[in-house]
Amino acid sequence: MSPTEPAVELHGITKRFPGVVANHDIDIEVVAGTVHAIVGENGAGKSTLMKILYGMQRPDEGTIKVAGNEVSLHSPADAIARGIGMVHQHFMLADNLSVLENVVLGAEKLYGIGGKARRRIEEISRQYGLGVEPDRLVEQLGVGARQRVEILKVLYRGAKILILDEPTAVLVPQEVEELFGNLRELKREGLTVIFISHKLDEVLSVADTITVIRRGTTVGTVEPGEVTARQLAELMVGSELPVPELRESTVTDVPVLSMSDVTVRDAGGRTLVDDVSLTIHEGEILGIAGVEGNGQAELVEAIMGMLPVESGVIRLGETDLTKLGTRRRREAGIGFIPEDRHRHGLLLDSPLWENRILGHQTRPPNVKGVLIDRQGARRDTERIVRDYDVRTPGIDVNAASLSGGNQQKLIVGREMSDDPKLLIAAHPTRGVDVGAQSAIWDHLRHARAEGLAVLLISADLDELIGMSDTLRVILRGRLVGEADPATITPDQLGSLMTGAGEGSAA
Amino acid sequence: MIYRVLAKSYTRTIVAALVALVFSLIITSIVLSVSGFNPPSTFQAMFEFGKDPDSIVNTVNRAATYYLSALAVAIGFRMNLFNIGVDGQYRLAAMLAAAAGGAWALPAVLHQVVIILVAVVVGGLWAAIAAFLKVTRGVSEVISTIMLNFIASGLIAFLLNPQRLAVKVAGSNNIGTEPISSSGRMPGISYPGSELKIYSFVLVAMLAGIAFWYMINRTRFGFDLRATGLSQSAAVASGVDAKRMVVVAMVMSGAVAGMVGMPQLLGGSYSYSLDFPTGIGFTGIGIALLGRNSPVGIAFASLLWAFLDQSSQILDFNDIPKEIVAITQAAVLLSVVIVYEVVTRVGQRIDQRHVAAQLGEVPA
Repeated sequence: MSPTEPAVELHGITKRFPGVVANHDIDIEVVAGTVHAIVGENGAGKSTLMKILYGMQRPDEGTIKVAGNEVSLHSPADAIARGIGMVHQHFMLADNLSVLENVVLGAEKLYGIGGKARRRIEEISRQYGLGVEPDRLVEQLGVGARQRVEILKVLYRGAKILILDEPTAVLVPQEVEELFGNLRELKREGLTVIFISHKLDEVLSVADTITVIRRGTTVGTVEPGEVTARQLAELMVGSELPVPELRESTVTDVPVLSMSDVTVRDAGGRTLVDDVSLTIHEGEILGIAGVEGNGQAELVEAIMGMLPVESGVIRLGETDLTKLGTRRRREAGIGFIPEDRHRHGLLLDSPLWENRILGHQTRPPNVKGVLIDRQGARRDTERIVRDYDVRTPGIDVNAASLSGGNQQKLIVGREMSDDPKLLIAAHPTRGVDVGAQSAIWDHLRHARAEGLAVLLISADLDELIGMSDTLRVILRGRLVGEADPATITPDQLGSLMTGAGEGSAA
Repeated sequence: MIYRVLAKSYTRTIVAALVALVFSLIITSIVLSVSGFNPPSTFQAMFEFGKDPDSIVNTVNRAATYYLSALAVAIGFRMNLFNIGVDGQYRLAAMLAAAAGGAWALPAVLHQVVIILVAVVVGGLWAAIAAFLKVTRGVSEVISTIMLNFIASGLIAFLLNPQRLAVKVAGSNNIGTEPISSSGRMPGISYPGSELKIYSFVLVAMLAGIAFWYMINRTRFGFDLRATGLSQSAAVASGVDAKRMVVVAMVMSGAVAGMVGMPQLLGGSYSYSLDFPTGIGFTGIGIALLGRNSPVGIAFASLLWAFLDQSSQILDFNDIPKEIVAITQAAVLLSVVIVYEVVTRVGQRIDQRHVAAQLGEVPA
């Protein structure tokens, strides 16, 4: 195969889907032996496209050619047989098995499960510089190492074309650099990498070619040398980007949430939140930075009363919340934008106005005594839909019918109702479009000016730095550092998050 | 066209039920044909017999019993709590209520109320054991309620003994509790053309259905219950106390289960004897599924079930095994589960497309 020959060609791919932005008229040529990035906003149709290429979805129209031959992919097995492998965003590894066992699982026919398989794994690991040790248990590995195991799994199955779906979403900046080193190695060995992302700096540094997808179709293919991140972003959203930033400080010295020495352990005695003390004041947004899985979720659940604390005290103003249930805490004035809106924020099969009641089912305008006030709830849902620009044909449609951004705006509107004193915002703009993101930031800024205290948790370091008055870093359940959002860069924050420079930076 | 029909959720339910019914009739026809019987004439014989006034009275009476049983199951189902123990709950409740009603002489009205209260309390307490085990020890209510059914059977066998709560029924080998005196009975309602009476407890069953509907749709508690069933994680995050919900829902389910034996006890047998109907708790599970746990759906489902039971009586006279009806019932149940799932998915897709179309988000 000559280096300029396309490894994969997609022509006129169209996929119709109910309610989601479908793919239409997608045209992409991926040259063999290159890293080809596909960028687009959340919901632009990147994942659908990759599922089509990996045989998980069938296109309604269009052709797929692999190495010049038109193919029809009915399943991932078809794709693998043609040398296409996929590394999913969420790892599909069995924690309690060794690396070797994970790699051979489901591919026992290739090299068996014994010495031959081990030799093959070691060979691949050496060839591509992956540094994978076959006998380590997966549960002992860090995120970056797990990702390399996933890549090795795909290579082991004979893939020549690798699809990486948002591979950097779970990595800190240092691990991203390592991954990019691996990708360059793969490229040097003649493999083709299709790299999906919405992080433009990363794309510009690693890709040979970049294809931009907007609203389900390809809007352009560019070389990284000829565009800036800003231009790429505007190509991606088709308009100007919102910037996360705060104006003058509104921080007062009135504490709203104060936690002192809070420790949470799981049933097995493992420490999830370790001796955390923090105070959030009126008009302050306190951001928690940390690699996912370092206790942020548990910290939130402890404040909400969904996880029992082992020791320590949580106060909201003068009220001691420590022993109260979730409902009493909400009634005391906590609004909650959960990390996973489908699991914790919505009743997907219920209409919007019933979702307005959720979490507020003891307070007007939703209830009168022990009865649900349907009129009141409906009227107030209309208000949220209007004020928070929730795009919906009405309040009787099910929450599942709305796009992610509109679901999130509904939740934000709901949680800002009933005059909360404290808002817990866990990844408030995750998986929403740029328009919704900018609106949600506006609402946070506005509420902050009105004196709301906000606990902000986000994996988006720009959001975290731009939207916080104070930054704390969490690592393995402990608050290990403090940073000044006015001066810190994402890179510096990244090293704090991995524990590279414990203590105070900036 | 079909899209517009499926746009409303209640029409979806009706469509699903009708499709399932047609489907099960087809299956029954095939079974009948294979066994060498003529399906149309069989159905006609059943229908003719089923619309006889006596049959109608029996159907309604039986349906009331089924209705209460299915309602008890549905309360649990609405929050994904599987009360398989309705059977044990209603039998133990009926037996103790019968014993209490036979032992105590009270003035009319008060007498009936006391009997019903005893049944409700016993049913609720028996279910509370399973709830207690679930919230304190994490025991699955499926396992514990099934086991409690056996314990209830053993307890009834122990108590229903001439040395304890039972007396010999005159003129037979049967034993039962002391018959309830006339002050504790509920007079039946006449139906034109029939000597038989409709149990007046049918009205209580209807009230229970209305109360259930009101609770589920109009009260805060009902909202919490539904929310827990739709998404336990979201309900907990919204402040619902999951353990408390388990206990309250289970006890309510058991309390309604306690009433299952009442139509028969207060309107027909006046005593709990060895031949008191059993197995209604399990029938209730099927009917709750068929009626989609909605009080109206369950009403239709129990009438259908009772009608099939009643009209199958004629089949033996035509040398057709009446067990054929069990096949019909099973087919209805299986197909309604499948059809409803399909209809729901199609409906959701329509909803999403509808929303997207109105907002102009998706290129058509």
